[in-house]
Amino acid sequence: MSRITYLEAGRLALAEEMRRDPTVWAVGEDLGRGGVFGQYRGLVDEFGPDRISDAPISEACIMGAAVGAAMMGTRPVVEMRFADFALCAIDELVNQAAKARYMFGGQTRVPLVVREPLGMWRSSAAQHSQSLEAWYAHIPGLIVACPSTPADNKGLLKAAIRCDDPVVYMEHKSLWGLEGDVPEDPDYVIPFGKARIVREGRDATIVSWSNQVHIAAAAADKLAAEGIECEVIDLRTLWPWDKAAVLASVEKTGRLLVAHESVSVAGFGAEVAATVAETLHRALKGPVRRLGAPRIPVSYAPPLEDRVRVTESRIVSTIKEMTADRSAAA
Amino acid sequence: MATEAVRRISNLDVERLRAHHRMMLRIRAFEEQALKGLEDKVVLGAIHPSIGQEAVATGVCANLGRGDILLSTHRGHGHTLAKGADSLAMMRELLGREGGNCGGKGGSMHIADFSVGMLGANGVVSANIVIAAGAAHAIKLKGENHIVCCIFGDGAINRGPFLEGLNWAAVFKLPVLFVCEDNGFAATTRTSTMTAGDGPSARARSLGIPAVEVDGNDVLAVEAAAAELTSAIRSGGGPRFLQARTYRLTGHTGADPAAYRPKAEVEAKWKEDPIARLADILRASGLPDAEIDADVDAARREMLDAYKTAFDTPFPSSDQAFVDVQDVGDPRVEAY
Repeated sequence: MSRITYLEAGRLALAEEMRRDPTVWAVGEDLGRGGVFGQYRGLVDEFGPDRISDAPISEACIMGAAVGAAMMGTRPVVEMRFADFALCAIDELVNQAAKARYMFGGQTRVPLVVREPLGMWRSSAAQHSQSLEAWYAHIPGLIVACPSTPADNKGLLKAAIRCDDPVVYMEHKSLWGLEGDVPEDPDYVIPFGKARIVREGRDATIVSWSNQVHIAAAAADKLAAEGIECEVIDLRTLWPWDKAAVLASVEKTGRLLVAHESVSVAGFGAEVAATVAETLHRALKGPVRRLGAPRIPVSYAPPLEDRVRVTESRIVSTIKEMTADRSAAA
Repeated sequence: MATEAVRRISNLDVERLRAHHRMMLRIRAFEEQALKGLEDKVVLGAIHPSIGQEAVATGVCANLGRGDILLSTHRGHGHTLAKGADSLAMMRELLGREGGNCGGKGGSMHIADFSVGMLGANGVVSANIVIAAGAAHAIKLKGENHIVCCIFGDGAINRGPFLEGLNWAAVFKLPVLFVCEDNGFAATTRTSTMTAGDGPSARARSLGIPAVEVDGNDVLAVEAAAAELTSAIRSGGGPRFLQARTYRLTGHTGADPAAYRPKAEVEAKWKEDPIARLADILRASGLPDAEIDADVDAARREMLDAYKTAFDTPFPSSDQAFVDVQDVGDPRVEAY
């Protein structure tokens, strides 16, 4: 184990995979200078400008070129700077990358990774703060990963690079500086669709992913001090997602709260809630609850920006409402 | 005109020209058969015929080897045949049958044969330009010698990927031949009414990409222009651009009667039919009519046979709908 940041873990994963496989290369704006957040710092010195490739501000071509290069047997890692900018390349990702294998009848594969940093970060306002992970979970052909810890950022990015299908890889901008223990094993690969049980509990299940996991865990600590034990599940990947882990947990606790930073309406929380409701309604002790952002754009001014956040205190009060009948039932 | 062409190409290689003629006849016959299939409701979905444009596919692809890569458009049957794809597999694809190039999942608009380096037609106008840039980027990264050819229509030059893909290819000095198959129409609108400036090749030149304009209904001129451009690309010269002016003799799709253009215009354009023009040259260089007729018959017979065989081939089993989506998160495991 070594103690490194989420950002360093991502950089390490890419470097190790590039050493392991000469067909892996990264392409995006400003990569030679380390990328907008420093995720690529120093890599050009080891791998050269062909494999850590700068690109014009040309998202459609960065993504489209990656599709062509992937079909020709290389493994491009595409950097989009901000998830918001990837919207300039949606045709290339959704109509091309996600469909090529299928619509050409399996004649080709598109092993590309697109890194789309998401989430609210330092008053970045409406076009640099979005969490659009649910969009991609809706698209057949795509894998969607949302790592929440340094170790996961190493293990999931490696899985993404080794995957033969396109992966939307969404790091959270607020997590770059988060430190954690990361396995040194160069084959530390976390399989997609395997949730992480952040803490165990008997009273309620909180399902989350990305930065929201840490807020949920903090809320669970507070609730534990009051005798309410929450099981916190980090989904890690939205497609595939670990239904088995969620269902097993809710079967035990009888209560489900899904908490995510993205807009609640048609968010992935709805998918989780619906699945649990369809499968487990007899085990449920109360209605499934969701916490997400209201359906408004993210603002610049801190009081406005903060208004959309799913905070620790909102999670605490929601769980308390959900468990109010607990002592009576017990 | 035929004699002028004969004079222009001394040392006329009749067999080579006849091969071009046969290829163009095969493309024409394939699409006429596909349109017949559409009438019979056996060919499904949309068919975008390239009738009248066969010289572009034939002249360009004559300069591509098996290892070279081709990307095409929604109007891509001709390009695909000229790159060497099998007509029966293509016909099966158009009928949505087993053994189609894409197993019946793509149809006409996604026709592709990776085994001959044909990386696909594309249902989105202009989309293949950036993908072609990337295919060429991979060739450069791997240090291989092949080139990429990307054919698109004049309608494609008003979408962003045209600018982005050409800029990319020029910046990275990639081995790509961009071919603008300029048939004058963007779907059912005259491209000139919706395009500012001096057109496709002027736009390419503005990005520093050498560009050539050619009569796209003259297969020999297309072949010669493409030969020069591909040779420059093969010797490391970076991307090149070919604008081939032609005319779409049919509507945008098999269902489009193209009533938006005067009959006289279309009749006049039929007189420039690239196949008839090459046949004139072949006759002038001594090929008997009987031989030409035999080539016409052979092409029609090949495509009729392909159609009949495809018709007798079963549809894929519906379980195939779940195959080749993705490995992890496979819908056969994850259900819905």
